Amino acid sequence: MKKVVDARGLACPQPVLMTKEALESIEEGVITVLVDNMASRENVKRFAQRMGCTVDVSERDGAFELKIVKGFTCELPQYQGEPEKAEEGPVILITSDKLGEEEELGHLLMKGFISTLKEATRKPSKLLFMNTGVYLTVEGSPVLEALRELEAKGVEIYSCGTCLDYFNLKDKLAVGHITNMYDTVEGLTGARLVVRV
Amino acid sequence: MARALGSLDLPHDPRLLVGLTTGDDAGVYKIREDLALIQTIDFITPVVDDPFFFGQIAAANALSDVYAMGGDPLMAMNVVCFPACKLDMGVLGEILKGGLSKVKEAGAVLVGGHSVDDLELKYGLSVTGVVHPEKVVTNAGARPEDLLFLTKPLGLGVVATAIKGGLAEPPVAEKVGKIMATLNRDSSREMLKRGVHACTDVTGFGLVGHGLEMARASGVTLEIELDMLPIIKEALEYAAMGLIPAGAYDNQECYREGVDYAREPGDLEMFLYDPQTSGGLLIALPPDTARDFPWPCIGRVVEGEGRIRLV
Repeated sequence: MKKVVDARGLACPQPVLMTKEALESIEEGVITVLVDNMASRENVKRFAQRMGCTVDVSERDGAFELKIVKGFTCELPQYQGEPEKAEEGPVILITSDKLGEEEELGHLLMKGFISTLKEATRKPSKLLFMNTGVYLTVEGSPVLEALRELEAKGVEIYSCGTCLDYFNLKDKLAVGHITNMYDTVEGLTGARLVVRV
Repeated sequence: MARALGSLDLPHDPRLLVGLTTGDDAGVYKIREDLALIQTIDFITPVVDDPFFFGQIAAANALSDVYAMGGDPLMAMNVVCFPACKLDMGVLGEILKGGLSKVKEAGAVLVGGHSVDDLELKYGLSVTGVVHPEKVVTNAGARPEDLLFLTKPLGLGVVATAIKGGLAEPPVAEKVGKIMATLNRDSSREMLKRGVHACTDVTGFGLVGHGLEMARASGVTLEIELDMLPIIKEALEYAAMGLIPAGAYDNQECYREGVDYAREPGDLEMFLYDPQTSGGLLIALPPDTARDFPWPCIGRVVEGEGRIRLV
């Protein structure tokens, strides 16, 4: 949320009063105050700092521009999307109901993998099931119990809607939520670490 | 201002005891061996909302220069700039009543005045005072070992800014208004009893600005004890909020180079440069008569080259 206060050409204490009003009107955000003299620049800066905000002063076209940040405790995010959580675990993308080529071994390995996930030192933040992977989140899946345990521990479980449709499994979803391609893309591109199995 | 005055061709007159050349508070002209006239003029824009109160403050401000020279006010005339189309004449009536109350208190006579129509309201007085030619107190007599006193607290400009911004609580505005409306007469009379060496009133250029005038005219250095400065305590909070008049920054820019920061003033810095409306007197008293002078001691005079040192 950005707001610009143009206090150029105004005498003390107008710039401070205008800044005060602008800061009081927001919970959190960035206010840009423009002044054209040193006294106002110093006064607005003092006021903002007294209010616990951070101030950045720059000069532009003969005027002073003060960027006052209220509320944020770190720099403004430079990207769209969720702000990163420092402790967020990896996103695991599961595109098959088996781990590896061989059929029987693959199913066994996948069951073992999902069951062991709940013991992982760094718990995954999300499990994304696509293609035949959706067979693992529907009724009759050999790993349902393990997945439900993971979900209870805060791991988000998503199954691709298109895939569920394709295999006629939409009404058989037994754990987690249906997701669409947009959320899948967001979830993958916004993640710190993606593990594909 | 120095530039504007610098181009004037001023005649020399031996009866002029104090004139433009010494940057003092008023002009002093010898009439007889035992009588000299003091002439001064001062007018200001409003610093409080109440017109009567403003009139009192403006009058006290104008009369102060006479007291700074050790004299007594004799006659005064009103100086008025009034936006007749914006303000009611009743407002002017109240301002003049306030001014007159102070002229009377000073024992002087109001003999007339002049007013012009102006977009911005201003009021003050032109004042004539009297003083014995040998007892004129200038800002040029301060000597090493003198003690320095300040008769009104600092921060009047900051509070005036807070009042202007509607951020000063009424009791604070009232308390500070009364300080500004106080005549400098009592301290002037007391300093004369004690053989004062130098005096100037602290007004628009702030303590440092006027202090430097005294230091330079006297050829000494003024040592100011930061811990001993009387400061209006609410003004400290207002200053932290950025309610500092533009004049304070101008004064700082202008006079900073005359100051030795032997000690960092921190939050007190802007108070050194804060322009005072109807401020107190800065007095240099000889050490043997300075004891029990009933106003705050803020430092001392030392050998030096016309500078101020903060300690």
